Amino acid sequence: MKLNFSYDGNIAVKAILQEQLEHLDIKFQLLDLGQIEIGDDVSEQSFTTLQTNLKKYGIQIVDNPKGQLIQKIKDAIIEIVYDKEKFPNITISQYLSDKLNFRYGYITNFFSEYTHTSIENFIILQKIERAKKLIMEEELTLTEISHELNYSSVAYLSTQFKKVTGLTPSLFKRIVVKRREMTNND
Amino acid sequence: MITHQDSMHILLVDDDEDDRAFFSEAIQELKMNNKLTLLKDGNDLMDYLILPEIKLPHVLFLDLNMPGKTGIECLKEIRADTRFKDVSIAIYSTSSSEKDIEDTFIGGANIYIKKPNDFSKLKKVIKEVVNMNWQFHTSGLNIETFFFSV
Repeated sequence: MKLNFSYDGNIAVKAILQEQLEHLDIKFQLLDLGQIEIGDDVSEQSFTTLQTNLKKYGIQIVDNPKGQLIQKIKDAIIEIVYDKEKFPNITISQYLSDKLNFRYGYITNFFSEYTHTSIENFIILQKIERAKKLIMEEELTLTEISHELNYSSVAYLSTQFKKVTGLTPSLFKRIVVKRREMTNND
Repeated sequence: MITHQDSMHILLVDDDEDDRAFFSEAIQELKMNNKLTLLKDGNDLMDYLILPEIKLPHVLFLDLNMPGKTGIECLKEIRADTRFKDVSIAIYSTSSSEKDIEDTFIGGANIYIKKPNDFSKLKKVIKEVVNMNWQFHTSGLNIETFFFSV
C-alpha cells in the first residue's frame, strides 16, 4: 500500500527537539525562528549526546553568530513562503528588516557573502520547493498552486519552475512518479 | 543537511584526461572552498566510495559514456545503496534528448548536464550546478525531488 502525506517541517522539527530534549532531561524553552533556550547547567556530556542525536534528523546546533543570522534570515523567508496568509500586506524585504532589526541592504549583502546566492534567488528556490511539494500532493491544480505562491499567472510559475529545475512541472511530476514506482518494484 | 560549512567536496569520474583537466580547471576557478577528487572510471569510483576513511562527496559528476562500468551502471549501483542517499549525482552527456534526460532522472540522478562544446560555457554550467547543489545541501531542500537540467 502506498500512502501520500503532507507535512509541516517547522512542526516536525519542533516535535523532534522537544522529544530529544525531554529524553535527556534538559530544561528548555522553544523560541521563535530556529532558536531554543536551555539552562546553563547542562553537562557537556548531555550536550554532546544532544548534538549527535539531532544530527540523525539533519538538525545541527549552530554555534557561530554569522551562521545564526543566516539561519534566521532563511527561517524568516521560509515562514513567509509557507504561510503567506499571516502576512497579507507586507513585502519580504520589509518583513526581514522588521524581524531582524537590520537594514534590508545590510541583510542582502550579508546573505550573499556567506551563502553563495542572493536572497532573491533563495526566495525563488523556496517557492519552487513548495511548488514541488504541492504538485506531488496532487490536491491543487497548477493554477491554484500559482495563486497559493503569489505568482501573477500559471505561465510565470512554469517559467520559473523551468529555470530552477530545467523541467516543466508535468515532466517533473512524471519523473518522481516513475522513480517511486521503480523503487517500489525493487 | 550540511549547515554553514564552507567546504564542498566534489568528486569527478571521467575516463578522458582532457575532460578531467577542463573540469578541474573550471572547478578551481569557482569562488568557493572546495575539495576535488578525480577518478578515471566506474570501477575506481565504486571502490573509492566504500573506503572506510573517506568523507562522501556532496556532489558526484559522472560521465555517461565510459568504457567498463558506464555512468548509468554506477548510478544504479549507488542509488541502490542507502549509505549514499545524500550524495547528489550529476550526469553529463553529449545527448540532449528529452528521453535520455528523463531516463537518467528516473534512474536516480539529480543533475543532468548537456556537455557544452566550449570551455567558457562549461565553466558557467559547472558554476551553476555546484551552486545549486550547495543550496540544496545547506538549506534543507529535499534531495529526492532535486532535479536540475542544464
